[in-house]
Amino acid sequence: MMTNTEVLLQLKNLKKYFEFNKGLFGQNKTVLKAVDDVSLEIKKGETLGLVGESGCGKSTLGRTIIKLYDVTGGKIIYDGEDITGLNDREMLPYRKKLQMIFQDPYASLNSRMTVGDIIGEPLDIHGIASGSERKEIIHDLLNKVGLTSEHANRYPHEFSGGQRQRIGIARALAVKPDFIVCDEPISALDVSIQAQVVNLLEDLQEEMGLTYLFIAHDLSMVRHISDRVGVMYLGRLVELAASDELYDKPLHPYTKALLSAVPIPDPKLAGQKKRIILKGDVPSPINPPSGCRFRTRCRFAEEICREAVPEFKEAEPGRFAACHLVDKIN
Amino acid sequence: MANTKIADISADKFRPLPDTEKKQNEIVRPSITYWQDVWFRLKQNKRATLGLYIIIFLLLLAVFGPLLSPYSYSDQFLDKQGLGPSKEFWFGTDTLGRDIFVRVLYGARISLAVGFLASVINLTIGVLYGGISGYFGGRVDNIMMRIVDMFYSIPLILYVILLMVILGPGLKSIFIALGCIYWVEMARIVRGQVLSLKEQEFVLAARALGADTKRILLRHLIPNCMGPIIITVTMNIPKAIFTEAFLSFIGLGVSAPMASWGMLASEAMPAIRSYPHILFFPAMAISITMLAFNFLGDGLRDALDPRLRK
Repeated sequence: MMTNTEVLLQLKNLKKYFEFNKGLFGQNKTVLKAVDDVSLEIKKGETLGLVGESGCGKSTLGRTIIKLYDVTGGKIIYDGEDITGLNDREMLPYRKKLQMIFQDPYASLNSRMTVGDIIGEPLDIHGIASGSERKEIIHDLLNKVGLTSEHANRYPHEFSGGQRQRIGIARALAVKPDFIVCDEPISALDVSIQAQVVNLLEDLQEEMGLTYLFIAHDLSMVRHISDRVGVMYLGRLVELAASDELYDKPLHPYTKALLSAVPIPDPKLAGQKKRIILKGDVPSPINPPSGCRFRTRCRFAEEICREAVPEFKEAEPGRFAACHLVDKIN
Repeated sequence: MANTKIADISADKFRPLPDTEKKQNEIVRPSITYWQDVWFRLKQNKRATLGLYIIIFLLLLAVFGPLLSPYSYSDQFLDKQGLGPSKEFWFGTDTLGRDIFVRVLYGARISLAVGFLASVINLTIGVLYGGISGYFGGRVDNIMMRIVDMFYSIPLILYVILLMVILGPGLKSIFIALGCIYWVEMARIVRGQVLSLKEQEFVLAARALGADTKRILLRHLIPNCMGPIIITVTMNIPKAIFTEAFLSFIGLGVSAPMASWGMLASEAMPAIRSYPHILFFPAMAISITMLAFNFLGDGLRDALDPRLRK
């Protein structure tokens, strides 16, 4: 466990709903609850992993935290300051502290700018450096992420996926942030490159004292990099625990099913493993089930799961889960 | 082999990599920017290069051509009316005894000025209007695009005739009328491009870095629509030139003794049976210009399309 317990970022009942207008004059409003009532704390210097299947709201949560989307409800508290209601200008100083690394290394770099300009853009926006000083900072950043200063005059299409992701990391580091949202930074890379990028992220964390929110769907990679792991299902956080505890003994039935899907490299052990196959598909987030959102696919579902939304509460010391039956099934 | 563990391999089996191997990782190929690549592919296309040369030639002729000729566009030689092409008058003279060559060159000035105006309007109003509309989206987009629809639905001739009532006939009315509507198509194209580009992660990244709207539009979105923008401009220039020629032809353009290609053609109409060459030369100038711009536009479209890259 982390020795440092100072909270850097706190989410209180964070909600992000998307509204769609149907009909000619928008008279029929449908609401998609992409992130619904998520509360968590991220401590200084730790890596919080966030897992869940596609479309469960992981990326939306990450983007809402750094306020790329307007917050529908709840609070984002960064280092003791409520940043939820800040407008673009008031947000500018926080843009230097909160940064993001994106999923797709091909779409996240502007193909019409040189690598030097891409990395230099945050320096221009925040007026950090110009002229030869700017150049020097860009070269330092390139070296830091394992590229060379010659690369500064080249264009993104001349680089491989892994190198592009390094450029994206260098851009995020240019403002010397404290907190970085890594939005599936490795899922678009092949396995050997994934390891390189993850090691780079770990080295940078050690060197610069960074705090990460690491969003991914590769469960074993998340276990490797994270101190604590949160599991999301249909816009809600269903379980949050220290990563070893979560992987050794998941409490929530959804986490159990999710972890049973992790392949084991040893064929002998893999044969003994029991996989929990969930029935059905993920319900639509536009029209989620009443009560517990997982109840339609849960083996243990009872009457209470239909009636009440389970509270996200401490089930064991340091472990949170949102399930009515958490004591009964474990 | 399968059971060999890494620890079993003795350390002396490892050798440092020779320097020649290291060199392989250095970048040898010179950096080629996107535009260098486009230029290279454009040069491969013979029709497009021909079009480009013709346009440059026309520009030079329009600017310097009248200096080469001893006559002015309004000089009349009453004893030499309706002459065919000769050494003295390269394109012959018209029914009023004026040198057609010089008058075609002056016409080129007007046509190219119209083309220049159309491209400036396209690149400023059209690009910014479309960019803003697409980037803000939602209600702003809706209102801005309905205004565009309004402009689009009124025919150009109506604008010109109405403006003429106020300003009187002449080049000014044509310029204002063209300026009013020639950005509309560009605005639509840029809006469509921006709508799809603004969801891309590099725009999100710029926003996460704190870039303001102006920066995102001018540094990120518009440079990424440069391909369609250039194509639309090169396709719109000949359209504008042709519109001016058409308006002058039906008598809504420049007034005598100034010459534009449309007006020259119109003047030649009554005497088409006896002096066909008077119509031939301005008509040829219009056709060659149209072809040159369309060739170049086609070539640029191919050159800017990365899918056709070899």
